Amino acid sequence: MNNWRHHWRKIKSAIVSGFCLISAGVVIAPLALVLFYLLKAGASSLDPHFFTQLPKPVGESGGGMANAIVGSLTLLGLAALVGIPIGVLAGVYLSEFGSPRMKWAVRFAADILNGTPSIVWGIVVYALVVLPMQGYSAYAGGLALGFMMIPIITRTTEEMLALVPNGYREAAFALGIPHWRIVLNVVLKTASRGIITGILLAAARVAGETAPLLFTAFGNSFWSHRLSEPIAALPLQIYVYAISPYDDWHRQAWAGALVLILFALALNIGVRVVTRGRLGFFAGRRIQPASTSGPG
Amino acid sequence: MTKEIQSPALKTAPPAPARIAPAASAPAAAAVTFDVRQLNVWFGSNHVLRGVSLEILPKAVTAIIGPSGCGKSTFLRALNRMHDLVPGARVEGRITLFGEDLYARGVDATLVRRRVGMVFQKSNPFPTMTIAENATVGLRLNGLRQKDVLQERMERSLRMAALWDEVKDRLHANAMSLSGGQQQRLCIARALAIEPEVLLMDEPASALDPLATAKIEELILQLKQDYTIVIVTHNMQQAARISSHTAFFYLGELIEFDQTSRIFTNPKEKQTEDYVTGRFG
Repeated sequence: MNNWRHHWRKIKSAIVSGFCLISAGVVIAPLALVLFYLLKAGASSLDPHFFTQLPKPVGESGGGMANAIVGSLTLLGLAALVGIPIGVLAGVYLSEFGSPRMKWAVRFAADILNGTPSIVWGIVVYALVVLPMQGYSAYAGGLALGFMMIPIITRTTEEMLALVPNGYREAAFALGIPHWRIVLNVVLKTASRGIITGILLAAARVAGETAPLLFTAFGNSFWSHRLSEPIAALPLQIYVYAISPYDDWHRQAWAGALVLILFALALNIGVRVVTRGRLGFFAGRRIQPASTSGPG
Repeated sequence: MTKEIQSPALKTAPPAPARIAPAASAPAAAAVTFDVRQLNVWFGSNHVLRGVSLEILPKAVTAIIGPSGCGKSTFLRALNRMHDLVPGARVEGRITLFGEDLYARGVDATLVRRRVGMVFQKSNPFPTMTIAENATVGLRLNGLRQKDVLQERMERSLRMAALWDEVKDRLHANAMSLSGGQQQRLCIARALAIEPEVLLMDEPASALDPLATAKIEELILQLKQDYTIVIVTHNMQQAARISSHTAFFYLGELIEFDQTSRIFTNPKEKQTEDYVTGRFG
């Protein structure tokens, strides 16, 4: 009887751990599958021309997505100009200054915006910028991506600042340092790695967005010479090529998708390096308890 | 100094509001550093400091003792207006520093804190700065730019904190590379660099081993040549070793304030005696 119960318990334990293992595998598998398939389908079209040439007309083979790669980077740069200052400052407000009621409102708004479907940003910017300017433009696309970055950066900045121990703020206040200097030179500096992480993750997140660019940046088969012109972007180019009936374009779309995911992967790996780096704030925190003997 | 200690002014008579009668004709501003009258502190509806009055004398070490939660730290933090930073904290009463009311209308708490330095229980050098940068941070972030002045003040404050010889070859190493005791002395140097008039210490050695503690105590005895020091401590032997006056707090009230030797050998209050002999707390 006892023995049987013991066995049954072991069996239950094995079943549950088995399901956990399978679920963990299901988490990893898509990334592995996507990477594998993209490499298989896209790597063959990924030659130097892909990075240096404009798209070729239908029927001509070869060509590349140079304009889309530069366009995506341009859009990311514009988005960063909008998203980083507003996001970081709003995060500082949440962590260091705001009244409880305002903080609640800002947090609530940021969380709602984080969950807003990205096409909504495209429509908003279409109404705010594209209609008044009477044309699609890099500005509009950058603004749409920037709007998407704001809530992500706001929340990560706030969380990173909240991790800075209050003892540092108190120590700075006790030195008679003005509040704004404490925020700038002590709090933000201490949390800088975490904030950079948040910014990189936000960039990786919006770099692959297609929907908000559909009727803002619009796409362009050629180089755009002014930011007030429509501009190409990798996700848009992939979208256009993927729904086209031409095999050449399909191959190019695979290569573009591969570049896009490698870019996101590189940013994520960059984040790992930044957060694991030498003498980071968090590394310092871990060293500290060992060097002091506990409260005596 | 001994004359001041034996002045009858220090005899306490609870629960009279003003425990120490001001010296009759002597200029009060010169005679005392802090003159605290009827200090009350609330955190929300929690009345944590009740009607505390005492005088802290210059160039001496005053120890604040008492069991946890008795209001020692709250008292100390009222002296440099740290409670201004806590939402819901309320301070009533009067604290003067060399005759100037610290809580008067129009007095900038930031300027008060430049005059009243503070060292905390947990050593907290800024982890993003080097040893040298930590020592001068109070000067730099208050706008001092001249490199030679910064250099000179850094060396002087590190020497005063008895840290110079240990760190002079690695001033540009990260502050977190120091040992716990060295970090705490760096915090003392950081506080001294802005040349405050008073140094408040909130259990500065409670997280340190006996050797590092001895160094800090030695340092305190040296610093009192030039500074008024108020130190909160859980360690009664420490209070007895380094202070000339001791205040015993219990449940938010000042029970007794006298020369340290009297507090430990011949206290007037039963509660003080019970505490210093280890019967409670």
